[in-house]
Amino acid sequence: MADASPAAKVLLKVEHVTMRFGGLTAVDDLSFDVQQGNITALIGPNGAGKTTVFNCITGFYKPSVGRITMNHANGRSFLLERLADFEVSRKAKVARTFQNIRLFGGMTALENLLVAQHNHLLRASGFTFGAVLGLVGYGKAEAEAVDLARYWLDHAGLLERADDAAADLPYGAQRRLEIARAMCTNPQLLCLDEPAAGLNPRESDELNRLLLFIRKERGVGILLIEHDMSVVMGISDHIVVLDYGRKIADGTPDEIRSDPSVIAAYLGVEDEEVEEVEHQIDDLAGGTTA
Amino acid sequence: MAPFAMNGAKSKMQGGLMEYFVQQLVNGVTLGSIYGLIAIGYTLVYGIVGMINFAHGDIFMVGAFVALIVITALGLTASTGLGLSILALILVLVISMVVASVYGWTVERVAYRPLRGSFRLAPLITAIGMSIVLQNFVQISQGARVKPLQPIISGGHTLMRRVDAQGEFAVQISNMQIFIIVITFSLMVAFTLLIAKTPLGRAQRACEQDTKMAALSGINVDHTISLTFVLGAALAAVAGLMFLLYYGVIDFFIGFVAGVKAFTAAVLGGIGSLPGAMLGGMVIGLIETFWSAYFSIEYKDVAAFAMLALVLIFLPQGLLGKPEVEKV
Repeated sequence: MADASPAAKVLLKVEHVTMRFGGLTAVDDLSFDVQQGNITALIGPNGAGKTTVFNCITGFYKPSVGRITMNHANGRSFLLERLADFEVSRKAKVARTFQNIRLFGGMTALENLLVAQHNHLLRASGFTFGAVLGLVGYGKAEAEAVDLARYWLDHAGLLERADDAAADLPYGAQRRLEIARAMCTNPQLLCLDEPAAGLNPRESDELNRLLLFIRKERGVGILLIEHDMSVVMGISDHIVVLDYGRKIADGTPDEIRSDPSVIAAYLGVEDEEVEEVEHQIDDLAGGTTA
Repeated sequence: MAPFAMNGAKSKMQGGLMEYFVQQLVNGVTLGSIYGLIAIGYTLVYGIVGMINFAHGDIFMVGAFVALIVITALGLTASTGLGLSILALILVLVISMVVASVYGWTVERVAYRPLRGSFRLAPLITAIGMSIVLQNFVQISQGARVKPLQPIISGGHTLMRRVDAQGEFAVQISNMQIFIIVITFSLMVAFTLLIAKTPLGRAQRACEQDTKMAALSGINVDHTISLTFVLGAALAAVAGLMFLLYYGVIDFFIGFVAGVKAFTAAVLGGIGSLPGAMLGGMVIGLIETFWSAYFSIEYKDVAAFAMLALVLIFLPQGLLGKPEVEKV
C-alpha cells in the first residue's frame, strides 16, 4: 500500500475520484494533493461538489471510482475509502468539521474535547473496568487528557467557558470549539467545511489566527472549503477550484486569482464566452496569462 | 403469573394509619428498585439506538433463572449463615450478570445490528421476535411450571410497633428488603458515575447525540452500542435475582409483566433519561403498592398505566425527559 512517490511531502492524495448519485455525477475524475503542513483550499460555486469530496475523504461516502490515500509522516499510508468510519479518525488521523456545526450540544465544551480523546482514555481506563476500580493509571491519563483539552480551549479562546454546555456557546465560539475538538483527536489532516460561514469580521480574524497557529505549531495539513475569499486568499498555500464536480484550476492564490476559467466559473459565463473573458483579462492585465 | 404479594398487607384495619403507610412505603421502594433496574436497560438502549428493546424483559427473566440455577447448585438455603449467604449471593449476582450480558450482547448482535439503518419498525419486530424466542427457549429447557425458591435471607427489623385495642401492628423491614434496596442504590450510584465520568459513558452520551460525529471522533459506535446492551442486561440480571429472592417464585413469563412495567417506568420518567428511569421505576412501584394496599389489588396495573397516561398527556416528554427538539 505504501506509495514510494518522489513527492514525499504529500499528505493526502486524491486520485481520479468520481462520485455518482444515481444519474448525477457530483464529483467527476478529481485528482489533487494536500501537502504536509500546508493549507489547501477547495473552492467553487455552490453545488460544485466540495462537500461531497469531504464526505468521500471522511468516510461518509464511498467514492464510485478512484482512491484516496493518506500518507503519514512516519511512512504509513491508508486507503481512506477502505476504512470503517471510526477508523478514519482513529487510524488514518483525519479530522473534520461541518458546515452546519455538529457539536455534542448537551455536553460541556470540555467534555466535547474529552470525547475526541476517547480511544486513548478507554485504553488507559482498562476498558472501563480499571476506571471503575479506581486504578491509578487512569487518573493520570485523564489528567493528561484534560490538560490537552484545556490547551486547545485556551487557543480557541474558550477557557473560561469550559464547563458551559456546547449548545449555549455563541456561534463563533462553537465553530472554534469544533476545530478544537477535531485537534484533540490528534489529526495529521484537518478538513474544515466553511469554517468562516456566518462569522462576523472579528470572529473571522480569531478563526484565521487559530488556523495559522495550527499549521505553524502542529504541522498539521489543512484542507479547507471556504466561500469567504478574504480567508481563502489570506491563509491558503494552495487552491483547488471545482465547478460542476470537475477540477478547473489548481495552483497558488496568485495563479488562481488571475485564472480566467475560475473567473468564468464564478461569473457564470457560458463556455464559449471564456475565451472572450480571457481576452478582456489580457487587456486589463496588460497581456500575460498562463 | 407471579404473585405480587406484599408482606404486611394483611388488612388495612390492622394497626394505625401511619404504621400501615410506612409499611407500604418500604414495600413500594423495594418493588420500585426492581422496576428501576430494569427500566435503566430500556432507557439506555432507547437513548443510543432509538429503539425499544422488547426482549429486555426476557433478559431479566433469563437472569432470574440463571440465579436460581446457581443458587440450587451452590446448595444455598436459609440455614446458611447470614454473612455466608450474602457472600454467596454476591457470587450468584456476578454469574447471573455475566450470563445475562452474554445474552444481551448476542441479541443485539444477531437481531438488531444487521437491521441498523433499516426502517424504524424492523428492529421493533425482531425485538418482539427475540422476546418470544427467549421465552420459549426457557419454557422448553426449564419447563413451564412455576419454580419455587425457599427464602435464603430471613429475619428482619421492626421499625415501628403499635399495640392497641385491635391488636398489634409492627412495621417490618426484612433483611431481604434491605439487601435489595442497598444493592440497587449502590448500583444506581455506580452507574450514574459510569455514565458521567468514564470514557465509556462519555462515548455513550456522544453516540446518543450524534452517532456519525462520534464515529468521526474515533469512537467505535458498534462497540459502544454492544456495551450498552451488555450493561443493560447486567442490571436486568440484578433485578432478576432480586425478584427471585423477594417473591420466591419465577416462571418463563415473568419477563413480560415486569418488562412492560419497567418500560412504563422508563417512559414515565422520560425515555432516554437515566435518572428518569430510576424515578419512574420508583413511582410505578409505589403506585402499585399503595393502590393494592388502599384500594384493590386487582386494579394495581390499571392504576400504574393510568398514571402513565396522565403523565404523558400533561408532560409528553415524561417526568425528567428533555422535550424533543426538531432537528433541521
